Parts: sequence; structure tokens; C-alpha cells
Amino acid sequence: MGLRRLALLGAALVSAGMVAVGTAEAQGQNEQFIPGLVYRTGAYAPNGIPFADGVADYIAMLNARDGGINGVKISFEECETGYATDRGVECYERLKNKGPTGAAYFSPLSTGITFALTEKAPGDKIPLITMGYGRADSRDGQVFTWNFPLLGTYWTAADVAIQHVAKELGGFDKLKGKKIALLYHDSPYGKEPIAALEVLSKKYGFEFLPIPVPAPGSEQKSQWLQIRQQRPDYVLLWGWGVMNSAAVTEAGNVNYPRDKMIGVWWSGAEPDVIPAGEKGAGYKALMLQHTSGKAPVYADLEKYVYSQGKSLAKPDEIGAVLYNRGLINSMLGTEAIRTAMAKFGNKPMTGEQVRWGIENLNLTAERIKQLGFEGMIGPLKVSCTDHEGTRLSRVHQWDGKQWKVISDWYTGDDTIIEPLVKATAAKYAAEKKITPRDCSKEN
Amino acid sequence: MIYREAGQYKVSYEADQAIFPIAQDRFLILTLLAVAFFVVPFIATEYLYRAVLIPTVILALAAIGLNVLMGYCGQVSLGSGAFMAVGAYAAYNLSIRLPFLNPFVCILLGGFFAAAVGVVFGAPSLRIKGFYLACATLAAQFFIDWVFLRVKYFTNYAPSGSVNAPPLQMFGYDLSSPVANYMVALGFTVVLALAVKNIVRGHIGRQWMAIRDMDIAAEIIGVRPMYAKLSAFAVSSFLIGVAGGLWAFIYLGSWEPAAFSIDRSFQLMFMVIIGGLGSILGSFLGAAFIILLPIFLNQALPPIGGLVAWKISTATVSHFEAMAFGALIVFFLVVEPHGLARLWSIAKEKLRLWPFPH
Repeated sequence: MGLRRLALLGAALVSAGMVAVGTAEAQGQNEQFIPGLVYRTGAYAPNGIPFADGVADYIAMLNARDGGINGVKISFEECETGYATDRGVECYERLKNKGPTGAAYFSPLSTGITFALTEKAPGDKIPLITMGYGRADSRDGQVFTWNFPLLGTYWTAADVAIQHVAKELGGFDKLKGKKIALLYHDSPYGKEPIAALEVLSKKYGFEFLPIPVPAPGSEQKSQWLQIRQQRPDYVLLWGWGVMNSAAVTEAGNVNYPRDKMIGVWWSGAEPDVIPAGEKGAGYKALMLQHTSGKAPVYADLEKYVYSQGKSLAKPDEIGAVLYNRGLINSMLGTEAIRTAMAKFGNKPMTGEQVRWGIENLNLTAERIKQLGFEGMIGPLKVSCTDHEGTRLSRVHQWDGKQWKVISDWYTGDDTIIEPLVKATAAKYAAEKKITPRDCSKEN
Repeated sequence: MIYREAGQYKVSYEADQAIFPIAQDRFLILTLLAVAFFVVPFIATEYLYRAVLIPTVILALAAIGLNVLMGYCGQVSLGSGAFMAVGAYAAYNLSIRLPFLNPFVCILLGGFFAAAVGVVFGAPSLRIKGFYLACATLAAQFFIDWVFLRVKYFTNYAPSGSVNAPPLQMFGYDLSSPVANYMVALGFTVVLALAVKNIVRGHIGRQWMAIRDMDIAAEIIGVRPMYAKLSAFAVSSFLIGVAGGLWAFIYLGSWEPAAFSIDRSFQLMFMVIIGGLGSILGSFLGAAFIILLPIFLNQALPPIGGLVAWKISTATVSHFEAMAFGALIVFFLVVEPHGLARLWSIAKEKLRLWPFPH
């Protein structure tokens, strides 16, 4: 019976501990709190880790170099979601009220968590920065006041991918009669581009073939059999985590030409192609404007972060695509806070003030150069009606060792995307009984 | 000494048949309910509501539902996630297509849809048993997952396949605050738990238990297996469906079929097994154990590491969490195979003898 007594004691201890954990700890009074929802474990960890390290390192650099933002120190805390929506919601609830003014913004890096937080953010008045992911229609700031899919949505991505295909074929008129498959992660993330691709296929007359892959996507034999039978001219890849490398490997196995595959920007990083080995050579992917490599900002990162041993990143992560994306994510967030401080004063900002800052974020080419991000992103200007800020993208190709930019800049065609955004945003507003804001009345 | 029913004479059939015949039990339950309804709202923080109380209360309801099927009727089911999904999507579709209906009415009606689907998928239980039935319900899980992923009508043609709950209101009051959410979820769970407690004490529950203990003997003494098994499937799926509606509308707000995947089915099954098969109390204990322990481990490890000056990274914490969680489940099952509910009844027996154990 000794063990049983131990069990009872354990149960009692755990319940006592729960109460203890529930009480909040003290925080610095003049600090800006930024939360980090990360996944360093689970099926998506190979992609989640470099991004999380980039986010953390940029903030560590700002704290060491400038003492934070305009003298307001940044306190940063991570919470592990494992890419699971319910854990993501728990993390959000845990972190949203930390610091003197609460969380500045959230970047969940998961479409599922983004969807769940989209419901909660307006009530808590905390903005969501979903850089290159999330709901495509959330760029409509009149309905989605708190969502900011900065740098690009999946509908922009779908349009740019088709533009690139047209360019390779030699013109939009050549798209007629072609067959383009979409190999997608069977989740809201993967399904998002379908609406735009259906419109594009009607407009340009190509045949659109959607092929779902069940999550996490490590098993794709039957999908590639289908591709072999149907022989599409191009395959668009909309995967994440292990699904990407599995797709590239499988394409090598069935000998589908890798240079006829175009991945979305979440399928175009080193962890997606390195596991495929030589089979990955020739594979192309969209860029969320930036590729791998080191921009001038790395000089400061080296001086204040890496050499001080403050970074968790492994040497081969530094300068990688997703690590760079993490840096950009933190840069956009902190610049938005800086914009908000210009209006509200140099003190910790509330979520509401940060939201104003993101909505009025205007990064000129000059400012981007000043920040050391030259060549990584183009200028962007967010507004009340356009929460995306910019619709620029390029394409890069994996040569077996590194990514090489192979295209010029494309701009998403708003004559196609905007009507779609308006229609689905209006439907969302009707379902949720939201009255859209009048942007002409915003300052 | 404290927990002793000596001197409590029952002088009427009503008193003898009460849900809690012992005065101390009655008192304890009433105190618990009073604390849950009147004290918690004054002390709980928003985090406690959203991350701990609301999910525990809702999944406890789902665990009760599964317990009806597994614990009382002895039918193994791996399709509970799917029945939650049916409840959630039925409630969503009702609220979209019949906008005059209150969202909470939609949740209740969603439970009836889940019950109907549960009866259909429960029909094979008349012929197949044990592990084979588990396979059949697993088929339900995959089929229903597939339906909500593929049939666009059910998701109202949303481009991403993800749907949103309608605003939660009742009689013009906004019920989207965490306190209101908690009260609603608790209300549903308490009322339905009491109803189930009564059902399992009555002739229906006795039929279920007869089937569970030995189905051939039950049939010989006049229990109709078809009626007993299908009624268990219906009641169980109804409860799970209502829980699914609550989970979607109150906890998630926006969801996709992945929220009700096979993982959810296993999670509910673990709750029932760890809490105690055939016990309503066990369902609550199991839900609390499965939801709270990972969160507790996740938050307690960094301070504990801090005591020995070890800075634990986010990844290490999460690996530790998985390891400790698994080890604790095995430990509890080895020590007490009948679940946490059995620990509680042992504690009651000890209390009865205390302070003079023999």
C-alpha cells in the first residue's frame, strides 16, 4: 500500500502546486512585453526552430545595442505550442497580460492558431502579425481590425506563382490548356490558396488539379502516383515541415522534374530540401521577398548576440531562410512599436497602441537600409484598408547547395485578389455580425 | 469519525433512493457546486478560465459521455472525437442556416444530431465486440473527419475549410466574457452530469451494466441487447456532441476538423481510463488530470530548474513535459488500475474508520 499512499500524496502535491503556479510573478515596470509562440518540438520543429531563434536573436540584439526600443527595454518570453491549436490558445492566455501593458502583439506561426486567435484578439485588443500566413481575407482592415498578414497572403502567393509559370511558358496566353496541380497540406493553411487558384484557372484557362496530403504529410506515395497518372505541367507545393522534404524526395523518386515544382514561401527553406539530398536540386520556391544569406544587420547580431553567447541558434541556422524570416518578423513588430511610440510617447505600448503602430507602419527603402535589412525586403506601407502592406515576391531555386534568386520582382495582381478578399471578408463580417470600419474616418 | 453514516436513518423510499444517500456526500457535493458557481467567479483570473477551467469542464462532459459507453455499457469506442465534431458542425450549420436560433439551442440540437450519427455507427456493436468494435468506431472517426474536410456544404463553402462560431448571446446579453463562458459550460456539464447519474442508477443504466458484465446472461434475463447498446450509443454521443458544440463555440471560437482528430478520441479515452471506468466523478478527475498536468509541468519546470541554477530552454521543458506526463500515467495505472475515482473511494473508506483503523 506504500505506493498507493505515494500516489495520493503526489495528487495532493500537484493540486497544491497548481495553485502556486497560478499566482503571477513580478515584472519590470518600464518594459515592453513581447510574447513568442514557438514550436521547438514536434513534427514541425525543423522549421519552427530557426524561425524562433531569429525572432529571439533580433530582440536580444535590440536590447543589447539600443537598450530596447527608444530606451524601453523589451522583455521576451517563449511558450511552446507544438503547432497544436489548443496549446497555442493556452499559451496566448498565459502570456497576453504579462508586462506592465500586456503583450504587444502575437505571431503564432500556425494557421490553425491564427484562426483561433482571430476570434480572441478583438476582445483582448492585441494585434496579430501573421507575416505571410493566416487568413488571406484578413488583409481587409475594415473587417479584420486586429489582423496583419504583412508582406503577403496566400492569395498573393498563388497569383505570383501563376505569374511565374506564365513567364516561364512565355506569356499568359500559353497557360491555356495547361494542367497545374496543387499539392497541399490538408488543413486551412493548405486550402487557403484554392479559392484564388480556381479564379485564376478560369481567367487563364488552365486546368487546376488540387491534391490534398493528410497532415503531417510524411506519406505521399498515392498523391505522387496521381501526379504520375495525370502528368500536370506544373506542381505547386503548399506544405510545411516534413511534408516539404517528403514531397521533394518523392518527386525525385517518380522522376517528376523538380524545376516544374514551385513551392510557396513556407516550402522554400533549407530544411525542406536538404533531407532530399541531390533530389532537391532544381526545385523552386516563392520568396517572402527574402532568401538566405546575411544582410548588413548580421554585423550587429554578431557583435551583440552571437559573440556574447546569447543565441540558441546553431551555426548552420544563422543566415538560413527561416532564421532570416524570424529576424524580419521581429523587425516589423518592433518597428511598429517604434511607430506607435512616435505618437503615444516613449513608454511601454498597449496592444491597442501597437495596433495603431502597425496600421501606420511605413518602411521606406531608406529606413530598411538604416535597419540593415537592405535586399531582404522591399518598402512596405500598411494602411487601414490594406493590412498586407506590399504584394511583392520573387522566386528562388535550390541548386543542391544553396538558394539562388532566379526571378525579378513580381507584384500580386490586385484586380484578381481584391474582389475575392472583399467577398470573403464580407461573408465573415455577416457571420460574425461585425460592422466594417469606415477607413475614411481613421486618422 | 467525520465520515460515518451511523445514525442516519432512512424513513422513506425517497431518502433511500436519493442520489447521495449519505449526508456527508450531499454536503460535500453541494459545497463543491457552491464553490464552482459562486466562489470561483470571484477569484479566478482570465487565464485560469480560458486555459484551465473551461477546457476541463467541457472535456469532463465529453468524458462522461464516453464513460457511459465504455464504463457503463462496456462498448469500446475510438470515435468520440468524431462525435464531438458532429455536434460542433451540426451546431454551426444550424446557427448559420437558422439564424433566429440561439447558439446554445444550436449546441443542444447539435447533440441530437451526434446521437443520431452515434446510433448509426453503433449499430455494428450488435454483432461485433471488443477490439473489433474499436476498429469499427475508428472507421467512424476517419469517415467523419473526411466528411468535414471534403463536403464543402458543412463548412458553408469557406475557402480554408475553417469555420467560426456565431456571437454568443442570450436574451440580448453578451455572453462572450470568460466568466459567462465558464458559467454556461459549467451549467451544461452539471445538469447533464446529474441527468446521467440518474440514468445510470435507473433501469436503463442497469441494462447497460448487465450488458457490460456479461451480455449473454443479460439477454437470458430479458435485457434486449439492441435497445441497451443503441441507447448507450445515443446517450453517449449526445453528451459528446454537446461537449463538441461547447468546445467549438466557447473554447475555440474557430475550428477545423483537426480539432476533433483521432488525438482527441485518444485523449478522451485516457481521461476515462485514468479517471475510472464507470464513474461520473472519475470523468471529472480524469479530465482534470489530463488537461492540468501538462500545463502544470510546463510551467513548474523552469522555476524548479531555476532553484538549481539551470536555465531550461523551451524545447527541453516540452520534452520533459512529455516524458513526465507519460511516466505519471504509467505510474498511476500501475498503482491504481481502477483510476483516480477508486483512489477517492479508498480515501472514503479510510475516513470512515479514522481515527481507529483496524
